[in-house]
This record gives sequence, C-alpha cells and structure tokens, in this order.
Amino acid sequence: MTGGAGRASYVLRRLLQVVPVVLAILVMNFLLLRLAPGDAAQVLAGEAASATPEYMAQLRQRFGLDRPLAVQLLLYIKSMLVLDLGFSFRHNMPVLELILGRLGPTLLLMVTTLVASVATGIVLGLLAAARAGSWRDTLISILALVSYATPLFWLGLMLIVVFSLKLDLLPTSGMETVAAFHEGWARVVDIARHLVLPTLTLSPFYMALYVRLMRAAMLEQAGMDYVTTARAKGLSETRITLAHVLRNAVLPVVTMAGVQVGSLLGGSIVVESVFAWPGLGLLAFQSLFARDFNLLLGIFFLSACLVVAVNLVVDVVYTLLDPRIDV
Amino acid sequence: MKRFVRRFARSRSGVLGVAILVVVVAVAALAPVLFPGSPFRRVDRPFSPPFGRQLLGTDVLGRDVAAGIAHGARTSLTIGMLATSAAVLVGTAIGGLAGYYGGRIDDLLMRTTEFFQTIPTFLFSILLVAILAPSVWSIVFAIAVVNWPTVARLVRGEFLALRGREFVQACICLGMTDGRVIFRHILPNCLSPIIVTGSLIVATAILIESALSFLGLGDPNVMSWGFMIGAGRTFLRSAWWLCTIPGVAILLTVLAINLVGEGLNDALSPRLRR
Repeated sequence: MTGGAGRASYVLRRLLQVVPVVLAILVMNFLLLRLAPGDAAQVLAGEAASATPEYMAQLRQRFGLDRPLAVQLLLYIKSMLVLDLGFSFRHNMPVLELILGRLGPTLLLMVTTLVASVATGIVLGLLAAARAGSWRDTLISILALVSYATPLFWLGLMLIVVFSLKLDLLPTSGMETVAAFHEGWARVVDIARHLVLPTLTLSPFYMALYVRLMRAAMLEQAGMDYVTTARAKGLSETRITLAHVLRNAVLPVVTMAGVQVGSLLGGSIVVESVFAWPGLGLLAFQSLFARDFNLLLGIFFLSACLVVAVNLVVDVVYTLLDPRIDV
Repeated sequence: MKRFVRRFARSRSGVLGVAILVVVVAVAALAPVLFPGSPFRRVDRPFSPPFGRQLLGTDVLGRDVAAGIAHGARTSLTIGMLATSAAVLVGTAIGGLAGYYGGRIDDLLMRTTEFFQTIPTFLFSILLVAILAPSVWSIVFAIAVVNWPTVARLVRGEFLALRGREFVQACICLGMTDGRVIFRHILPNCLSPIIVTGSLIVATAILIESALSFLGLGDPNVMSWGFMIGAGRTFLRSAWWLCTIPGVAILLTVLAINLVGEGLNDALSPRLRR
C-alpha cells in the first residue's frame, strides 16, 4: 500500500492504537491514587491541612467517593479526559496551568540534550568505526562505557564544583539571572549560559548509547554490497563513508533517539533538581517533598501522554523518511 | 565450565570488571566486621577531611564516610540483586508464556509489556516509592516494575525462535506436557541471554536506586550511596569528599557490572563473536 490514502489510513490506525494506552495510563493513575495513604479526596487536595473542608466535600461528591469503585473510576477518567487535573494548594494554582507553565524549560533542556547527544554520538561513533580496533576506537569505547555508568546527579554536582566553584565560569542554578532583567539577545545569552551545565550533565549517558549504536551500524553497513559497488566505481573512502554508509547508519540512531523521550524526562527530574532548572522535573521533585501526590500524578499523566504523542509522530515521520517501511 | 572461564578470561575488560566487583562484594560482605555498629552513628568531629583521622573523613554530623561506603555497598548490591531477580522472574514468565502459546495470549501480554515501556519509567518508579512509602521493599518493587519488560521481550523472542525448532516439535509429538517442554527443553536453551541481560539490569537497578535515594526516596533505615551524595550536596564547596567519594563508588560498581555483563555476553554467545 502506498500513496496518500494508504498513509492516511496508517495514521488513523496508529491514532486508534493510542486510545487504549491513554486509558491504561488513566487506570494506572487511578490505582496509584487509591494506593496512596489517606482517602482519595485528601490525596487530590494535596496537603490535607491546607484545603478547605468545603473543597474536600466537593471533591468527595464530584468523584463519587461514596459510590462503587467502578463508578469512581469512570468519574475520574471523565474529569481527566477534559484535562481537569485538580488544584494544587501548595502552589495555589490549577495543576494543569502549573504543568503547562513548566513545560517550556523542560522541553528546552530535552531538545538541547537530544541534539547534543545525537550529534556527538554520531560523530564519535563514526570516528570509532572508521578505524575499528585502533587506539582511537578504544578511547571512544572507554568514554562511552564510563559515561554509561556515571550517575547523572553526581556528574552534575562534579561539574558544578569544577566549572562554577573552582573556575567560576558558569552559573550553577536556575534558568536565567532574574535580577539582571536581561532583554533581547542578552537574555538569550544568559539562558544559554545557564543551559550549558544541565545539558553537559544529561547528555553523556545518551551519547554513550548513540556512540555504540552508531559504531555497530557503521560496521554493519560497511560490509554491504552497495559499499563494494561504490568502491568498484572508484569513489574515495571518505565519500563512501559520508555519502553512502553514514546515511544508512544514522537511521537506527534516530529511531533510538525517538524512543528515549520517556527516559529523558526521567533524567531531567534528577538534573533539574540538581541545577534548580525551573521545569517539570523540578516541579515533580518539589511536589515529592510537599507530598502533593495529585500534582505528581498530573505530571505523570501528562508526560506519559507526551511520550505517546512523540512516539506517534516519530512513527509517522519515519514512514515519510524511509519508503521501504510498509504502511 | 573450564572452557567458559577460559573464554571469559580472554576479554581483558571482563576480567577487570570481575576484579573490581570482587572488591565491592568483599567490602559489602565485611561491612559489619570492618565497621561494626550503625553507619548513622557519630564517630568523630564533623567535616574531618579524608586520609586524616578517619580513612575517608566524616560528614556534617560526624558520621564516618568509609562506614557509609561499606554499608552503602551492601544496600546497593542487595537492592540490585533483589530487584533484578524479581524482574527476571516476572519477565521470563510473561515472555515465556507469550512466546510459547502465541496468539491472543501473546497479543495481550506484549501490549502490556509495550505499555510499561512507553510510560516514563523513572517518573513511574518515583511515584511508586513515594506512594508506597520509601523502604527497601518498595524500592525493589519499583525498580523491578520498570525493568521486567526488557526481559519479557527478550525471552519472548527466544521462546518464539526455539518453539519452531525440530527438537521442540519432537518433544511435543512425544506427548510431553507443556510444562516439561518449557522447563526442561526451551528454558535451559535461553539461559545465556537471560543471564547477560540480568547482569546489565543489576547495573541499571543500582543507578535507579542511587537516584531515588539521592532525591530523598531511600529507605531511611539503611545507608546508601545516593543518600550520602544527597546529604553532602549542600557542602559541595567546603567538603568536596562528601559527594565525590560515594559517586566514585557508584561509578566503579556500575562500570564493573557492565564490563562483566559484556564479558559474559562474549563468552556465552560464541556466535556473536567476531
């Protein structure tokens, strides 16, 4: 099946597959809500002490906490599907508004990390594969192994010690120097400076994955028939590598990067709490301390939906990129 | 066995990994002998630097960092092993059932597995530990829950491949029960990849455990490396060793386990070797 109609029906089918996943996430959220200590209204209200009794009574009524479990589940799903995620008394704001406000910084950090780790991963993997078995290959392999074993939060703290405390080069926390009231380009530069250390912390782990994947893919492609053909027609090795092998070897790396979005979100919780980066991760960390489970569940729900959406987009884009994939 | 050891010894990095791991395991096993009493106990004045009165110095409350490292090794290895065992058991059961029976069961089980791989795993384990209250068991549970899908997918693939092989078909024709075919004939043939994957999951589990306890979700009654780093981060400027030393311990342990895992992979699956 090819052409527009085939693709449209593929996209439609993929969209339908999303429905049970989102429902399952909601059921999971509901179960976690029931598992939490205290009754669901207390959990939904965050810190029980700060919610008014009227609000608690209203919550109990709306979620039918005196009705059977199945009814409660349906009422919960109904309110979640219209994105009514409740109210956080800790922050004195609706949960949805709170989360959307923090989405920007996290996406900025995630996209920068993704670009940085994919780019360095591809370059290093390429360099390693070009001279497989040489000292350069060994060195890159060791770098990847160590990066893969380093705890993110510790790397962040060590980078703070070196670049901020000892060398006094880069800021240690936040996303911008608020007190400086930078505007225009000055603000962009300021944010970029704040972004350096969090990105350097979050990237190496993923870079390690892409280096290994890239190296393996390059070596695998190098043995293919089309490479022999290219060599037979007299192309230079550099041209073969860059114009032929590279293009094919990059595909698995890009696929992997798409799959990593959920994991990146997890990593950003740790990194954001080290660098006080004002994103979703820091919000999750703060709600953990405030025991604001409803906020935490809201973050979980929306980030799970985000991952599902990104996977969907990657799948669809992939059919456009690689015509061999059968839609 | 001898042949296996010889093959494993051929990989220098694998041997290095075993060497580091032996030291970590020895320190963990001897922790109660080397550092008797609670690692939360005060032994000296606060902020005594390393290589002075105490081997690795003391923290803000005068607790011995070396004792923390030794007892933390116990915690990391125990949680890593328990969580991995649970993940491997569940993953093997689910992947095995899906791969052996196929059809509807396969569909259902694999959709579930994919679901658990889609949700943001670290966030999910944070939620589980926070809601169940932090303890060794809730941490083990949370880590196992996010790691079983890897095993399930692997085992399903192996079972699917072996299910079609002649010796398995022969067993079925001989009228063997499903249980006997699965446990006596298929499972032993996919032990190698399970062992290799399991060893890599131990490393992941230790990283997750340290991150959880760094965020303040560790079991408050046991010492752990992540907790030590979390407690020391406020004194990054004045007492560098409080964060540095436990971090090096995590890095070395995880690195060693990964090296051993790769060595095992090379030694156990000769087909994949160059």
